[in-house]
Amino acid sequence: MSLIRLALLSLWNRRLTAALTVVGIALSVTLFLAVETLRTGARASFASTISGTDLIVGARAGDVQLLLYSVFRIGDATNNITWESYRDIAAREEVAWIVPLSLGDSHRGYRVVGTTTDFFARYRYRRDTGLRFAAGGPFDDLFDTVVGAEVAEALGYALGDRIVVSHGAGRGGLAAHDDRPFRVAGILARTGTPVDRAVHVSLEAIEAIHVDWQGGARVEGLSIPVERVRNLDLTPRTVTAALVGLKSRIATFRFQRFVNGYAEEPLTAILPGAALSRLWSLVGVAERALAAVSLMVVATALLGMVATLLASLEARRREMAILRANGASPRTVMALLTAESGLLALAGAFLGLGLLYGVLFALRPLLDARFGLYVEIGAPGIRDGVILAAVVGAGVLAGLIPAWRAYRRSLADGMSIRS
Amino acid sequence: MSDAAPALRIRDAAFSWEGGFGIEIDAFEMAPRERVLLLGPSGGGKSTLLNLVAGIARPSRGAVEVMGTDIAALRGGRVDRFRADTLGIVFQMFNLLPWLSALDNVRVPLRFSPARRRRAGDGTAAALRLLAALGIDAALARQSAGTLSVGQQQRVAAARALIGRPGIVLADEPTSALDRANARAFLDLLGAELAAAGAALLMVSHDESLAGAFDRTVRLDAIARVAGRAAA
Repeated sequence: MSLIRLALLSLWNRRLTAALTVVGIALSVTLFLAVETLRTGARASFASTISGTDLIVGARAGDVQLLLYSVFRIGDATNNITWESYRDIAAREEVAWIVPLSLGDSHRGYRVVGTTTDFFARYRYRRDTGLRFAAGGPFDDLFDTVVGAEVAEALGYALGDRIVVSHGAGRGGLAAHDDRPFRVAGILARTGTPVDRAVHVSLEAIEAIHVDWQGGARVEGLSIPVERVRNLDLTPRTVTAALVGLKSRIATFRFQRFVNGYAEEPLTAILPGAALSRLWSLVGVAERALAAVSLMVVATALLGMVATLLASLEARRREMAILRANGASPRTVMALLTAESGLLALAGAFLGLGLLYGVLFALRPLLDARFGLYVEIGAPGIRDGVILAAVVGAGVLAGLIPAWRAYRRSLADGMSIRS
Repeated sequence: MSDAAPALRIRDAAFSWEGGFGIEIDAFEMAPRERVLLLGPSGGGKSTLLNLVAGIARPSRGAVEVMGTDIAALRGGRVDRFRADTLGIVFQMFNLLPWLSALDNVRVPLRFSPARRRRAGDGTAAALRLLAALGIDAALARQSAGTLSVGQQQRVAAARALIGRPGIVLADEPTSALDRANARAFLDLLGAELAAAGAALLMVSHDESLAGAFDRTVRLDAIARVAGRAAA
């Protein structure tokens, strides 16, 4: 009878324990690799919040601040850009397209963004993915609005619903533009970007709801009927920021210098990618925390695996004693033990890898739709290989401990163990 | 190894476990094919003596000659080979790998010792013959060892110790789990097969009533001095 058959029969005899060990190792491997994949996915999703835009232009500010209020809608602009400057920049020959953003109002805690219908065509995220309408389409009428996926879901909006916009950003206690309600004309598909949390209206609509307002409050006794508002000149006086696409990316830095040195008013142009990575270095502490978690996961997993293997091997002292008494050399016993734990670890590692891909393929649409987290599924990388090698290595090492003990005393065990 | 040499000769050997328990044996000899019952109280050093003979415990001085070879002088790997070729061992209980058939259990030593494989000839036939002689028929021999009774298991273990005709069989209280009638039957069957194989038997026990099945009975305290606390 060959040694391999002996080992396989022994393993088969303990198939339930062995299977549980393999599953335990597999789950640990899956958990660790899943945390790692989510971590890199979160980073990639963040980095691709906005793409395809060459420059973001706003009033003079730090680049992270400009990025925060123009893209993430966090905080407020200190200043706006005058319409004249906006027209001026838009008219430059390097400019392929420009999309204005006008911020300052809110709807039940969600920011209202005044823009043009170009926004829906030009805003890109995640490697040049465009915005998609889940229902309806861009705004058509002055009092049309397009809401982001999260707004629609959280507030239960459907096409045709009427909503009222508040002055200022906040969640209540705000003066309402309740005399001019908006109709939901479109609902955007989920993107995982701040677009999901925005209520989009036209630039003219922003003007329209403010025609009888001065200094943040409605002028007493003055209320212009909606019908008359439509006939007013609704050319905006200012915008908050603008997304700019250039005809040639080579011109980016030159154009940035032009904007930063704009004579009529102090402006800032930022490169979204550079500002995003600067911002990530600020919020990246969360990523490092996640990395620490996954490190702890793998440490725990390896310890658990070693403990399981040790326990299962301890139970085989009698078997080793029998083999030794019948002529198996200590080397043979060691080889049997380490080969077995190494094989279990290897099986666990590969099962874990398989599970990971199963889970990723099964959950990817859900992660994307519910959390806007886009997970890249690629072939196992070097990092995965290192982890798998560590698991198998730990398995072999785990086998070495009882193997060493068996080496030292397995025959004496047979002579002395009475139970 | 020569037939003229004694099956076992211990001269002036000393051994001590860590912790102080030690044993000194001035002289002990067994003739070829001799069956010796070594009597002593539990924890009295009997197992230590078996360990010395099996080459598991190495004496700090003196010689332990098994079939003419001083195993105290052999280096680690060669002791294992020598043990595989020359010794058959029967434990007190749990002798078998329960997931193997009785037949496969008996054939295990052949896997590790080319010399015994050679002497056994056709391993399966030799194993079946030994098992039959010890009262395990061919149908029972194909059952997995875990399903056999304790008495049957000990007889399978005896067959395994005898396959390939080792020079000497060591047995550590192999009958302690059996009732008196079964113990006696076991020893009678073992005796017949030892004679057929031409092997000597050194069996340790605390049960004097077994003495009738042996050529000679030796009390441990007559050949060895034991010092310190008993190990196991």
